[in-house]
Amino acid sequence: MSAMDAPVRTPLRPVRTAAEEALALTLQATLDAEAGQGRIGEVRRAALDAFRAHGLPHRRVEEWKYTDLRAAVRDVPPLSTAPDAAAEAEALALVPSVPDAARILFVAGAFARGASDLAALPEGVAALPLDSAIAAADPLADRIGALSPDRYDAALALNTGFLKEGLTLHVDAGARVARPVHLAHAFPGGKPAAGFTRTVIVVGAGAEVTLVESFSGTVGVAYHANHAMELVVGDGATVHLVRLQEEGDAALHLGTLMLEMGRGAKLNHFSLAQGAALSRFSVYGRFAGTGAQGSLSGVTLARGRQHADTTLLLDHAVAGCESRELFKTVLADASHGVFQGKIVVRRDAQKTDGRMMSKALLLSDAAEMDNKPELEIFADDVQCGHGATVGALDDKMLFYLRSRGLPQAEAELLLIQAFVGEAVEQVESEALRELLMDRMVAWLAKRAA
Amino acid sequence: MLEIKNLHASIGDNEILKGLNLTIPDGEIHAIMGPNGSGKSTLSYVLSGKPDYEVTDGSVTFDGQDILALAPEERAAAGLFLAFQYPIEIPGVANMTFLRAAMNAQRKARGEEEISTPDFLKLVRQKAPDLGMSPEMLRRGVNVGFSGGEKKRNEILQMALLEPKLCILDETDSGLDIDALKVVAHGVNALRSPTRSMLVITHYQRLLDHIIPDVVHVMHKGRIVRSGGKELALELEESGYAAYEQDAA
Repeated sequence: MSAMDAPVRTPLRPVRTAAEEALALTLQATLDAEAGQGRIGEVRRAALDAFRAHGLPHRRVEEWKYTDLRAAVRDVPPLSTAPDAAAEAEALALVPSVPDAARILFVAGAFARGASDLAALPEGVAALPLDSAIAAADPLADRIGALSPDRYDAALALNTGFLKEGLTLHVDAGARVARPVHLAHAFPGGKPAAGFTRTVIVVGAGAEVTLVESFSGTVGVAYHANHAMELVVGDGATVHLVRLQEEGDAALHLGTLMLEMGRGAKLNHFSLAQGAALSRFSVYGRFAGTGAQGSLSGVTLARGRQHADTTLLLDHAVAGCESRELFKTVLADASHGVFQGKIVVRRDAQKTDGRMMSKALLLSDAAEMDNKPELEIFADDVQCGHGATVGALDDKMLFYLRSRGLPQAEAELLLIQAFVGEAVEQVESEALRELLMDRMVAWLAKRAA
Repeated sequence: MLEIKNLHASIGDNEILKGLNLTIPDGEIHAIMGPNGSGKSTLSYVLSGKPDYEVTDGSVTFDGQDILALAPEERAAAGLFLAFQYPIEIPGVANMTFLRAAMNAQRKARGEEEISTPDFLKLVRQKAPDLGMSPEMLRRGVNVGFSGGEKKRNEILQMALLEPKLCILDETDSGLDIDALKVVAHGVNALRSPTRSMLVITHYQRLLDHIIPDVVHVMHKGRIVRSGGKELALELEESGYAAYEQDAA
């Protein structure tokens, strides 16, 4: 992003929280031990410097106004270690089953070779664990950080600083990959750990692939999951990307998606967020090739005191691209939802067609939704719009359903399903739509119980 | 079947039903006519349990059971059905999903087994064509994009599937042209049975040309002020409600 996007920052306070100190020290120690030479080492050290300078964001940092990470992160759990067979088995039990998919598993942020179908990936797909990719000078490893945004993002800085585990995945140009590839992340066991993973994916020109990311973990354990994906959708390529964030209810989940769309590229992305005590999912999307089409949709379900943040920054850099965003949030109890979406249309990005909508359903008076849609347009011939709504269930609809014999809870469930269904409709695969609805219905049934 | 005694009901501070008495025996069709604002629709909502209304006095006995303490869904399961004057649109809930959920909820409440998918589909295929409900309309969201007539036909389809003991039709003729009215009336008449009663609320007599009532009541200012045979409807069509307005003045 250019200087025009840079928010005005309040002067930084030198005050450091204990968590910030701990993170900086751990990061320093890790870097001393393993960063090594070369570009990756430099990238990691630069991330540490940035973290030292800016630390964790708080309410006075514009992009984190509604999600005060500095206040939320009190303790930093120890870095995770390589999983044994028992941990792998326990992790697998937490992972949702994706029909017909080839699976790659990360246990508490570490690659689990024994439970990954690395050798049995669909034709046209090649993947390497990140450490091997770096050691082997895989060209994809060399792209790490290439899609980083210009603005400081603490979650991404930490992910970059601790960068070691993850995956590079390449889809051959022209490959039509029928079987989905499931990138599963799970935090098993009763001890909190911190795990950082980076996935670098390049989808070759004209290829088509379906990727499913899932995030799960033990209920009641305050682990930290920090994941970042860099995804390049090549010219004319099509990517279906489904994200299932179902972390344990005490977890911290920080997710980042960095995205670059080539000429005529298509992305259909859906994200379900229903886990973690605090979650933030940031998307930095760049439309870099004419005629690219991106559809980003998602559903957030939160209850208790859960806090769930979805923040999008979509940068239309060239002409004739289309972006569609539809996000639905359902908030029960005293949960807190945040949606921040910004579409930037640069001066040369004429004929940009961008639509963004965020709709929230509050099931309780104590729930809170913060919607912040923004457009920043520097071109003069564009069609862009955004909207945001917050409401409760419709009493008239509820009475109509009840007058037909549906008990209150069932009537509510039907209306909530209809509410989130509009977003799920955006997913093309019927099998994945069913999987998503099943996960959501299970969540909603638990709420009612 | 239905016995209403001295029913008083309010919305907010506004008392709308002011001591209404009405008895409908098994198998009979009773019509309630009356000027706008006489409380006809309020009566239908109070009987079906709409939360906005407060019953301040009186009793409603349905099939020997006091229903005023029951939730709307419990009244439905007991066999009470309200065909809405303005059926509600529910985007995102497919009509078929809704119909099946309603049938099964009522069956479950009565301790019966859920209807199987094949049996349900068979039943709908049997009942829908008579009401001119196309498969496309059944797939769409509940009442979404339906014309006024289609919404009313959808109400009657629900009635045919749920087989209630008491059907309350609230201004079912409003917004219908004569052809649509005939289709709807035909659907209603097909449901006439010695064990099913109906309460037909209407402003105009013309619906009663097609659904012939056993008894006609005139409602005014929250009470039944006159009752008679079906010829009373014709008389009202001639003279209008002016006489009642004067009485009240």
